[in-house]
Amino acid sequence: MMNKLSQHDGPVLEIDKLSISFFTRLREIPAVMDFSVSVQPGEAVGLVGESGCGKSTVALGVMQDLGKNGRIVGGSIKFKGRDLAQMSPEELRDIRGNEIAMIYQEPMASLNPAMKIGRQLMEVPMIHEGVSEKVAYERALEVVTDVRLPDPERMLNSYPHQLSGGQQQRIVIAMALMSKPALLILDEPTTALDVTVEAAVVELVRDLGKKYGTSMLFISHNLGLILETCDRLCVMYSGEAVERGSIADVFDEMQHPYTQALFRSIPLPGADKNAHPLVAIPGNFPLPHERPKGCNFGPRCDYFEAGRCDQGQIDMADVAGNDRHATRCLRNSEIDWAAPIVAGAQKEKTEPGEVVLKIDNLKKYYEVAANALFGGGTKKVVKANETLSFEARESETLAIVGESGCGKSTFAKVLMGLETATEGEILLDGQNIEQTAIEARDTRTISDVQMVFQNPFDTLNPSMTVGRQIIRALEIFDIGDSDQDRKQRMLELLDLVKLPRAFADRMPRQLSGGQKQRVGIARAFSGGARIVVADEPVSALDVSVQAAVTDLLMEIQRSEKTTLLFISHDLSIVRYLSDRVMVMYLGHVVELGDTDQVFSPPYHPYTEALLSAVPIADTSVEKEHIVLEGDIPSAMDPPSGCPFQTRCRWKSEVPGGLCDREVPPTRSLEAGHQIKCHLSDEILERMQPVIKIAAE
Amino acid sequence: MGLFILRRVGIMILTALCLTFVVFFMTNLYPNLEKLAKTQGNFRMSDEAVASWLEKGGYLQSTPKKYLEWVGLAPSYQHQAEDGTITGRCITPGMDPKDAPRFCGILQGYWGYSSVFKDEVSSIVATRLSLTGILMFWVMLVMVPSALILGVLAGMKEGSATDRTLSTVAITTTATPEYVSGVLFIAIFSSSAVGLKWFKGTATSAMDSPNLENFLLPVLTIALYGMGYIARMTRASMTEVMTAQYIRTARLKGVSFPKIVLKHALRNALIAPFTVIMLQFPWLLNGVVIVETLFNYKGFGWTLVQAAGNNDIELLLGVSVVSVLVVLITQLISDIGYVYLNPRIRIT
Amino acid sequence: MDPLSWTGNIAFLDPLLFFALGLLALSVLVWIVLSAVLPENRAINVTGGSASLSSGPLVLAALAVKAAFLATSALVAVYLLLGIVMGTGAGIIGAMAQRLLPVWIALVLLFTLSILFKRKLGLYGKLFDSPIGMIGFALVMFWVFTGFFGAVDMIITHDPLAQLSGLKNKVPGTPLRSPEDGDFLWYLLGGDNLARDVFSRMVKGAWEVVKIAPLATVFAFMVGITLGLPAGYFGGKLDTFLSFLANLILAFPVILLFYLLVTPEIVQTGLPQFMAVVLFAFPLIFFYVLINARYRTQPQKNYLWLAVVLLPMLALYLMVVSAPGSKVDILPTALDRIDIPGGILVVFVSVVFVNSPTVFRIVRGLTMDIKTRDYVAAAQTRGERPWYIMLWEVLPNARGPLIVDFCLRIGYTTILLGTLGFFGLGLPPESPDWGSTINEGRKLLAIYLHPALPPAFALLSMVLGLNLLADGLREESLKD
Repeated sequence: MMNKLSQHDGPVLEIDKLSISFFTRLREIPAVMDFSVSVQPGEAVGLVGESGCGKSTVALGVMQDLGKNGRIVGGSIKFKGRDLAQMSPEELRDIRGNEIAMIYQEPMASLNPAMKIGRQLMEVPMIHEGVSEKVAYERALEVVTDVRLPDPERMLNSYPHQLSGGQQQRIVIAMALMSKPALLILDEPTTALDVTVEAAVVELVRDLGKKYGTSMLFISHNLGLILETCDRLCVMYSGEAVERGSIADVFDEMQHPYTQALFRSIPLPGADKNAHPLVAIPGNFPLPHERPKGCNFGPRCDYFEAGRCDQGQIDMADVAGNDRHATRCLRNSEIDWAAPIVAGAQKEKTEPGEVVLKIDNLKKYYEVAANALFGGGTKKVVKANETLSFEARESETLAIVGESGCGKSTFAKVLMGLETATEGEILLDGQNIEQTAIEARDTRTISDVQMVFQNPFDTLNPSMTVGRQIIRALEIFDIGDSDQDRKQRMLELLDLVKLPRAFADRMPRQLSGGQKQRVGIARAFSGGARIVVADEPVSALDVSVQAAVTDLLMEIQRSEKTTLLFISHDLSIVRYLSDRVMVMYLGHVVELGDTDQVFSPPYHPYTEALLSAVPIADTSVEKEHIVLEGDIPSAMDPPSGCPFQTRCRWKSEVPGGLCDREVPPTRSLEAGHQIKCHLSDEILERMQPVIKIAAE
Repeated sequence: MGLFILRRVGIMILTALCLTFVVFFMTNLYPNLEKLAKTQGNFRMSDEAVASWLEKGGYLQSTPKKYLEWVGLAPSYQHQAEDGTITGRCITPGMDPKDAPRFCGILQGYWGYSSVFKDEVSSIVATRLSLTGILMFWVMLVMVPSALILGVLAGMKEGSATDRTLSTVAITTTATPEYVSGVLFIAIFSSSAVGLKWFKGTATSAMDSPNLENFLLPVLTIALYGMGYIARMTRASMTEVMTAQYIRTARLKGVSFPKIVLKHALRNALIAPFTVIMLQFPWLLNGVVIVETLFNYKGFGWTLVQAAGNNDIELLLGVSVVSVLVVLITQLISDIGYVYLNPRIRIT
Repeated sequence: MDPLSWTGNIAFLDPLLFFALGLLALSVLVWIVLSAVLPENRAINVTGGSASLSSGPLVLAALAVKAAFLATSALVAVYLLLGIVMGTGAGIIGAMAQRLLPVWIALVLLFTLSILFKRKLGLYGKLFDSPIGMIGFALVMFWVFTGFFGAVDMIITHDPLAQLSGLKNKVPGTPLRSPEDGDFLWYLLGGDNLARDVFSRMVKGAWEVVKIAPLATVFAFMVGITLGLPAGYFGGKLDTFLSFLANLILAFPVILLFYLLVTPEIVQTGLPQFMAVVLFAFPLIFFYVLINARYRTQPQKNYLWLAVVLLPMLALYLMVVSAPGSKVDILPTALDRIDIPGGILVVFVSVVFVNSPTVFRIVRGLTMDIKTRDYVAAAQTRGERPWYIMLWEVLPNARGPLIVDFCLRIGYTTILLGTLGFFGLGLPPESPDWGSTINEGRKLLAIYLHPALPPAFALLSMVLGLNLLADGLREESLKD
C-alpha cells in the first residue's frame, strides 16, 4: 500500500510565484497573484489577511481542490520537492489526508452527520495504509486520547451532532492527525468557537504539532492568534503577499504600510478611546476586478507617491539585515518605520451624567420542552438571566462581556421589550418598563432605547433601499411633518454616519459590510435614541473596518450623550472603549466594575481566564497561561452551586465544597467593584495580573 | 419514540375522522339523496314520494347523527312502517328485527351495499384494491429504483453532461401527465396507425394474468410521471450534499470519488427523497384513476370513477375511507422513516 | 382541392432536418460517454500564455452538441419562415406557420424588447441570461399569445364547434368537401369524431388554460400567503390549527375531491359559491392589511390608498360572487355586471382550494426562516406591528422561491385542468379544452391518432415550458 513520499531535505512546502484565477462566464478573476512562501519541516507559518485577500484560495490550491472554475495560472506548488500540479489524480489522492491534511472553520459542517465519528476517523488509515479495521480502531482511540477528549470510546461511537462545537473541532483535528501528515493546513480553525474554548484548541494544536513534528500552515485573520501559534508569517492583501518574515521581524520591525496600518487599527493594551484612539485604514478593500495599477494598497496608503507606486508590477524585495524577511513596498527603505503614530485628535473624556437606566434584580426564565421534536414530556426551566442589577448613566459606555449562552442577548431582548421580565425591575428615567412589551410602549420609550445588530449582512432588509429603511424608522418614531421633512432628516442621518448621500437610493447588497453597519447605526439613532444596545456591532467586520465603525459609534455617542450598552466577547475592544464592564457567565453577573478595576486584579476566576484566553497581537505582552477545561455548560442544564465551579481553577481554595452547593453572593470589593465569588479576600489579594507589558 | 408514534397516530385518526366526515357530508347533501331516491325508486317520483323514500331509509336525520351511525358509534336508524314492519340498515331482508345488531357501521365491518354493482361494498373494495395493489407493486418496482439512480447519477456531478441530459429527461417526464403519456404510449406502441403493435392498448386481460404485453404500458405511464419528480428531488438533494463541507473533507482525506458517493453522500442525500416518495401516494392515486380509466383496468381507481359517476354513495364512502387511510398511513411511515434515517433527529 | 402533405413544396428540407436531429442525438451521446470515460479535469492548466477553460475533447463534444442544436433550431426557423411566406404551398406546416403569424410577431417583439432592456428588468431581465429559462419562457409565451389571439378569433381556421360534413375523423390536410366563400379550404390537423377542426379546437383550448390557470394560481397564492405568513410568524396554536387544516386538504386524494365538488348536484347546493365567497375574500384582506400596515402612521394617506385600491376590488368581488337566482344573491341584478358560469366557477374554486395548502406550507416555512433575521428584529425593536413585518419585511425577501413555485404551480394547475377535462368534470361537454379533447380522442386511438395527439403535445409543451421557466428562474435567482 501507499507509503509516505521519500525523505526530502528541503522545505516541506514550497510555493513559488503562484497565481490562481477563477473563471466566470464574463471574465477571469485573479484571486492570488505572484504568491511565494515556503514551510520548513516542523515550522508553523501563519497566513494573515482580511476576508477576500485570497488566503483560503492558497490553501485550496495546495490541496489541488479549486473546483470547476479555479485554475492555477502561474507558478508552482512543490510538496517535498514534487510539483503537486503535475501529479496524477491517484498520486494526489495518496497525498491528501496522508501527507497533507486540512482543518476548516466550521467543525460541524466538516463532519459527515450520518456517519459515526469512529468510522470517519478509521477511514483515513484504512485508505492510506490499508490496515485492518481493528488496527484503525486502535489508532483512532489513541489519537482521540491525544486530542484530550474525555471518554474516547464513547466519542468514537457517537454522531457529530451529539458533541459540542469544541469537541467537534478536536475530532476534526484528530482526523487530520490520523495519518501523521507532514503538513497540516488550518483554515481559521477557531473562528466559530468561544474564546475560552479557542484558547484550549490553540494550545492543543501547538502541542500536537510539536509532538508529531508536523509543519503547519495556519490561516487566520487574527494577528494575536498567529503570534501564539506560528514561527513565521505572511501578510496578504488583495491577492498578494505584502510582507513575509519571522514573527519577531514582522511584529516589531514591520516593513510594509499595510502591515503597519493593520497593527494600528487593532486595539492593543494601552490604546484608549480618548488618549490614543485607533487609526482606521481609510477607504475600502478593492474588488478583484477593480484593483489599481501598481501597488494594490496604494489608494489607501499614507506613504503613497503618485507616479511611482502606481506604475506597474511591484516585486517582493528582501529586507536587508533580517532573516528571510521580504516586503512588497518600493519605499520601504525610505519610510521611517519607527516614527510615532500621528495621533488622531485626542478627545476630552466625557463625564457620565444622570442615571438613565437602572436594572434591579432582573430575572428572566424560559420554559422549554425537554425534547424539541417529539414534544410533550417534561418542561425545563432555563434561567437565562439571574438577578441582574446595575445602573447606566448618560454618556457612559457599559460593556457586557460573555461567551455564548451567558444571557447577554436575552437581557437585550428584555430591555427592548421583545420579552418581558420574570422578576425584578427595569427603570428607564425612573419608570418601570420591565413588564411593558414593545407593543404597549409609547413611541418615545421605543425611540429612546434602540439597538445595533451584529451581522451586517442581516441587519438591513435586502429588498428595500437604504433611504427607505431610514425613512420608515422616522415615520414610526413620528419624526418630521411631511415626507419632504423626513427625507431631509434621512440625508442628515447619512451625513452623521459619514456615508455619501447618494447611498439613499442604493440597495443593501450594493454596500460593503462596514457601510451596512453604518446604516444600521443611522437607523438606531433616527429617533434620537438615548440608550443604544450594540450587540457585537463590529465582530463580523474586518479588522481595518472595525476601527472605523467603532470610532464612529464613539463619536456619535459623544455628541448625542448616548448611553451605550456594548455587548461583546472581545475583551480587547471592550478595554479600549468602555467606561465600565460587566462580565456574565451562564446568566449570572460574575463581575462588575470600572474598566480598570475589572482588567486588573483581583479578578473573578472567570474574568481571569477570559483575559488569558484572548490572543493579543503584541510581542511585548506577557500573559499568564490559564486554560479552562472542557466546554461552557448548557444553560438548559447548569451546574449546581456556582455556575463557574466546573471549570474554575481556584475551586480548591474554597473550603467545604461551598462552590458545589451555593451560588456565591455578590460582594463589593471597592467603590463600584462587585464580584460573585466564594474566594476569601486574602486569596483575591494574592492574584497576579494576567497581562504584563514587558518593560521596553 | 413511542410517544411520538402515539401522537402521530392520534392526529392521524383525527384527520381520518374529519376527512370522512367531509366526504359523508358532501355525498349526503340533499340533491345527491334526491338523485339516489330517483335512481333506486323511479325517475318520475314526486317530491313527496322522494321524501318518504328518504325518510324510510333514515336519510333525513341530521348529518352528524347519520355520520355516527355510519361509522358505527351510534345505534342504527330503524324505520317502522305503518303496517308495523321494521326496516333498517342493520336488518337484512328476512331477518327478525329483534336479532339485528344495534350498531352497524364501518367499525363493525358493515360497509354498506353498492347500488351500482349490487354487491357488498367491503367485498368490492377488497377485490379492486388487490388489483390496484398489483399495479402499484410494479409501479413502485419500476419507479423508485430508476428514479433514485437517475437522480444520484445526475446529482453527483452538477453541470456535467450526464446531469444536463438526465435533468432534461426528468423535467420532461414531470411535464407529462398520465393522460398525455398514456395516450402517447397507446398511439405509438399499440395503434394500427403507427403499426408497431408491440403492446396492448388495454389492460383488461391483465386483471387475470398480468404479463409484459398487457401490463407494461399502464405501469410505465404511472411510473414515468412520478419518476421525474422523485429524480429531480434526489438530484437536488444530491447536489446539495455534494457541495457540503464534509464531502470536501472526505475528498481531502483521500477518499476516491466512487467511495465518496456511496459511503459519504448517498445516505445523506436519500433522506429528503424518502419523504417525497411517501408523500407521492395521494398523487399516485390520481395517476391510478387516470390510468385505470385509460387502460380499462378495473381496479380501485376505476371503481372510484364508477361510484362517483353513478352516485353510488355507500361505495364512494367506502372508497374514500380506504384512500384516506392509505394516504395517512404512508404519511405516518414517512414520518417514522425520516426519523430513522436521520441520526440528527433520532438521537437527541 | 388536393389534400395537403405535411411539408408541401419545402419537402426538400426534410432530409436535412432528419440529418441535423441525428447529429444532435449522436453528439449528445458522445458527450455523455466522454464525460463518463475521461478523468475529471483537475482544474489545472499550467501551460502559461493565455489561460482559459477551453481545452480537451470534452469541451469539443460540448461544442458539437451546441452546434448540432443550433443547426436544428436554424432549420426549424427556416421551415417557419418559408411557411409564413409560402403558406399552404409549404404544406400543413407552412399553413400553420402562416396562421400563427401574429404569435410570431408578438414573440419576436417581446424577446427583442426584453433582451434590449434586460439589465433594467430585475429578475425578469436576468431570465434572458439563462438559455433554459429563455426556451421555457418562449414556449409559455407561445401558448399565451396563441390563446390570446385565438380568443379574438384570429389564427383559427374554422369555428371550433362547427361540424362539417364528410370530415369526420379525416386525416390532417384533408380539403373541405364543399367550401363556401371565405372558408379556409383545409382541416389542417384533420377532423375529430364529430367532424370538427382539430387545429382550431387546439388553439381555442389554449385560451381555456390561459384564462383559468394563472388566475387560479394567483388566488391560491393570495390564500396561501395570507394564512401562511401569520402561521409561520406567530407559530403556536394558530400555526397548529392552520397546519392541521392544510394537512387535511393535502391528505385528500385530489381526484376524489374533484368528483365530490364538481358535480351538478353540488353546484345546485351553492357550496362552490360559498367557497368562492371565502376564497375570493382573501385578496381583499391581503390588500387591506398590506396598505394599512404601511401607512398606519399617516392616516390620510392610509384612507386614500385604501379607497383607491379596495373599493374597485370590493365591487368586483361582489359582482363575481353574487349570481342572481342562486344561493348567494346579494347584489341587485342591475349592478351584477359579471356573471361567471357555474361550471367555470366551480372548476376555478376547486383548483384554488387544492393548490392553496401547498402554497401555505411553502410560505410558512419561508417565514419561519426569515423571521430569525436581524432586520426583522430591528423592525420589532422599533415597534412595528406584526402585519407590517410579515408583509413588508418578510414577504419581499421570500419572493425568489415563491416566483419559482408560482411558475411550477401554473403548470400543475394546467395538468389539473386537463385532468378535470379528461374526466368530463365541470367544463361544458362541447368545451375545446385540451383535457376534454384528449379524452374524446383517446377512444378511437387505435385507429385515428390525429384528434388526440395535438392537444396532448400542446399540454405537454406548455407544462414543459413552465417547468423550464421555473428552472431558469431558480438558477438565476440563486446567482444573486
